[in-house]
Amino acid sequence: MNEFFVLMKTELMITAIIIFLLFAKIGGRMSNASLSGVTNLLLLATLLAGFLWPARGWLFGDMYYTDPLIVLEKAILIFGVLLIFLFAHRWLRAHQHLHEFYLLTLSALLGMCFMISSGNLLMFYLALELSTIPVAALCNFDLERKTSAEAALKMIMASAFSSGLLLLGISFVYGITGTISLQVMPAALGGSPLETAAFVLLFSGFAFKLSVVPFHLWTADVYEGSPVPVTSFLSVISKGSVAFVFITVLHKVFIPLYDAWYLALFVASVATMVIGNLFALRQQNIKRFLAFSSIAQVGFILLGMGGLESGIPVVVYFVLVYLFSNLGAFAVVSVISSASGREDISDYNGLYKTNPWLTWVMALSLFSLAGIPPTAGFFGKIFLLASGSESGNFTWVAIAALNMVVSLYYYLRIVRAMFMEKNDRPLEKIHAGLHANTALAVCLAGILLTGVIGSVYKIIDSLVY
Amino acid sequence: MPLQILLIPLLPLAAFVLLGLFGRRLPGPSSGWLATALLAVSTILSAGVAWDYFFVAGMQDGAYPTQVPFSVPWLTFTDEMRIDMGILLDPISVMMIVVVSFISLMVHIYSLSYMKGEARYATYFSYLGLFTFSMLGLVLSSNIFQIYMCWELVGVSSFLLIGYHYDRPSAVAASKKAFIVTRFADLGFLIGILVLSFHANTLDFPTLIERLTDPASPYLPAAAAPAFLGLSALTWGLVLVFAGGAGKSAMFPLHIWLPDAMEGPTPVSALIHAATMVVAGVYLVARLFPVFALSCPAALEVVAVTGILSAALAAVIACTQTDIKRVLAYSTMSQIGYMMFALGVAGWGAANEGFSASMFHLFTHAMFKAGLFLCAGVIIHHVHSNDLAGMGGLRKALPFTHIVFLVCCLAIAGIPPFAGFFSKEAILLAAWHKSTVIYSIGLVTSGLTAFYMFRLYFSIFHHKPVVPGTGHGEGGPAMMLPLAILLAGAVFAGFVPFSEFVTADGTPSPTELHLGFSVAPVGLGIAGILLARRLYQTANPLPGRIAERWQGLYRTAYRKFYVDELYLFFTHKIIFNLIGRPAAWIDRVIVDGFMNLLGQASLTVSDGISGMQSGKVQSYAAWFLAGLLGFAILTLYILFT
Repeated sequence: MNEFFVLMKTELMITAIIIFLLFAKIGGRMSNASLSGVTNLLLLATLLAGFLWPARGWLFGDMYYTDPLIVLEKAILIFGVLLIFLFAHRWLRAHQHLHEFYLLTLSALLGMCFMISSGNLLMFYLALELSTIPVAALCNFDLERKTSAEAALKMIMASAFSSGLLLLGISFVYGITGTISLQVMPAALGGSPLETAAFVLLFSGFAFKLSVVPFHLWTADVYEGSPVPVTSFLSVISKGSVAFVFITVLHKVFIPLYDAWYLALFVASVATMVIGNLFALRQQNIKRFLAFSSIAQVGFILLGMGGLESGIPVVVYFVLVYLFSNLGAFAVVSVISSASGREDISDYNGLYKTNPWLTWVMALSLFSLAGIPPTAGFFGKIFLLASGSESGNFTWVAIAALNMVVSLYYYLRIVRAMFMEKNDRPLEKIHAGLHANTALAVCLAGILLTGVIGSVYKIIDSLVY
Repeated sequence: MPLQILLIPLLPLAAFVLLGLFGRRLPGPSSGWLATALLAVSTILSAGVAWDYFFVAGMQDGAYPTQVPFSVPWLTFTDEMRIDMGILLDPISVMMIVVVSFISLMVHIYSLSYMKGEARYATYFSYLGLFTFSMLGLVLSSNIFQIYMCWELVGVSSFLLIGYHYDRPSAVAASKKAFIVTRFADLGFLIGILVLSFHANTLDFPTLIERLTDPASPYLPAAAAPAFLGLSALTWGLVLVFAGGAGKSAMFPLHIWLPDAMEGPTPVSALIHAATMVVAGVYLVARLFPVFALSCPAALEVVAVTGILSAALAAVIACTQTDIKRVLAYSTMSQIGYMMFALGVAGWGAANEGFSASMFHLFTHAMFKAGLFLCAGVIIHHVHSNDLAGMGGLRKALPFTHIVFLVCCLAIAGIPPFAGFFSKEAILLAAWHKSTVIYSIGLVTSGLTAFYMFRLYFSIFHHKPVVPGTGHGEGGPAMMLPLAILLAGAVFAGFVPFSEFVTADGTPSPTELHLGFSVAPVGLGIAGILLARRLYQTANPLPGRIAERWQGLYRTAYRKFYVDELYLFFTHKIIFNLIGRPAAWIDRVIVDGFMNLLGQASLTVSDGISGMQSGKVQSYAAWFLAGLLGFAILTLYILFT
């Protein structure tokens, strides 16, 4: 019983917050400001509590598994959600359905925690659905905008499609191996064609969630239509959680099919980097631009997954770095969008004149996304490239390096626009507010420090089991 | 103890950060006072650490120990190979933190008044903070990579301070020259670091020194075996490291940046280009001295020859220059040459007197050379010119500066009982024991030193009729106080029984003074002074006639032996034409062309595939299915081949 509380404390605490929100909804007497204050504090407590007694263990007959690395992964996700709550504070406070927003976000977060901890495929599937369906509802949260409703619809359709693929894959795997336990499965896999086909189905399911080309098509429409906090949730938290599970599944479960998945990964990664970059080049809307840039980033994450030696710590480290950089950029977009409603790249021309602080955060976030030293993104990319070169496939690494050059072009285009271009209709001076400024400062500190402090990577590396 | 040691470099860093961020908003001169106060704390802490180290902790087994009281791993490559950020305490680093923080404090106080009214007053003090932090970090570094980082930081702060008057083209050119020349030398340093650390498989100084000196060490034979052009990897590594040191310490032929660096504000010249930064090269050789002395005496000979050559050459050039700061710059180069060849003639064990002598000279030189530069600052402030032609007869107008300058000149000329006498005697004695040639050149150079210093002295304070009390005068107490303290330093620093504290292996050795031996250098020094008095005390045609008579030599020395012209020829004619232009062509046509092609191709393809993103969910589903089938075919293909 004790073990139950110790191992599942994160999930239990998130559930407690959800129950609290339900009561608050029914009671209906709390103001939006105090509700978000309490929720933020509770979430912070959840984040910190995760680090107490980090243990390794199984629960519910191999359904649920946790270890210190998983604790860290969950902490990264919770931390990201907290940052989103902070920088979206102004938008949230004015929203009429604040309770629902928190309920849906935290349900999705709960789903992700269970997904990372899942010990068998059924559990994984349930958790994945829990983490997807609430987000589809969240996409519709700009209630007045038709594009927001369209985004939700596209999300739910595409997600249904991918769930179908996943379920088909899971049933094949169960049919072949006779088990759904991830622990037993590697021994039962032999590498037959049917197994490979089942694997491709699973792979495609994951590829959808990660927006790997050609399963990425829903991404741009959904990102553009959704409110900024939801977009950032999708592009950082959802992606991060799936990346954590995907690499574990590849490295721990499907290792007998290494040849097949390595090639699939290679092709998918190259296609994702190239197509993501090519589309990012031509975008005019900042959210759509960030959507394609995050697709290209996923291509790099797949490159890191190719290394069996250091793949797991490298990917976890990169997700952390990516969280700081991408949330930094989204935070700025969110602050500007909620203050002025403008989301085009041309609106950012000459931003430095009126909003130097926002410009600097944005510029450093973009530098980090582009992988320019000494920002954290540089170290993240270097580790990914190093991990990718472990297998000796230097073609892959070279293509990745070329794509970094291309991406530099479109990231710096925005930096140039902010610092150098003139604007006839400049944005006025924006006061981001205490909450958003805290989030901005945390992202900035993360971008500047995560790379330079060498022990961050070492700690992650030491947790890998 | 670790906390207060850590604070020593961190306080100036704090000054840099605070003034860099908020300096412009602080009212009036408070930014300078803040920096000075922080540095004063740092200086007191340094003195405390030195007291603890030498007198409280004291010797263990008859030697001052090498300690690493603080160290955190920063980057770990393998278990063996990693970069730490640490602090190393041994007699030389303890001595250096005292010198650096003390001189820096003097310069801070002096600058409070000297820089008053400058538009970028706070920026100036923040740069001083950055420099002091880097220099203290450099001397406290516990590994060779950390020292390299601080080394570059020192280079950057020197660049910033030389170019402080960035609206003057000559200052900009000088800062670039200094940066490029030292950076070029640092390339050697970096390669040297890689060679040494590759062979010792560590970057930490104590381990590295042990592995490359212990005859039983498994690392030594590979390093000492002949590797390239008949020299061992160890020799190459050490010589390359020394090349970096020679660049920073302005040794021939990498000295060309130092005279130009005098474009910086005069207190900066006192701090960076006289007392502290330029001795970094000496410090570096001293830091690795056990490796030099025990495993690779050949490299030590390179140090000795470079040192004596620079000392003599700079002394000759100094005799002909007419800019007060340039004369002082060449004299600095000459004195550092002394320190270098003193290290070069030193050996291990009983023969390490040269090591102590070198460090001793570093210590005393810092006092009197900083004093000379700060006096020069007062003089320039007073007459608004660097040129000797505009000076003369200033002894009534600047009475206190006159005394300080005179004493410092006597000190550098090696006249007893002032500081320079003791250290220079020790150096000459060490040279005498090793090599007659080096000793003789050193002896003649010491006579030359006395001559050109007193040429300077007489030209400034005598030469013309006395003109009392015009111009700016001597400045306020903030400028007088450092001068007074440095005056005391120039008088008394020589009486420190230095070799009882600072030796190569930490074992104290008694300080010896041979009166008979001193006759020759002191005699030559007095002769030099008398000659300078004859030529320059009053305006007379004799110096002109001598210059006329020895025109060839005079002109060559006046034009600094044409080393600058040689560099210009080499860089403009050879490097620019043979390497620069082809590289530019490749860059423009091939690299840029490729990038343009990449950009153009990306945009074209991007246009071509835009149809994929149609916005229709049914077409998306078709793409998903196509992707799924594609991956299935791909993986099955792998399976069956």
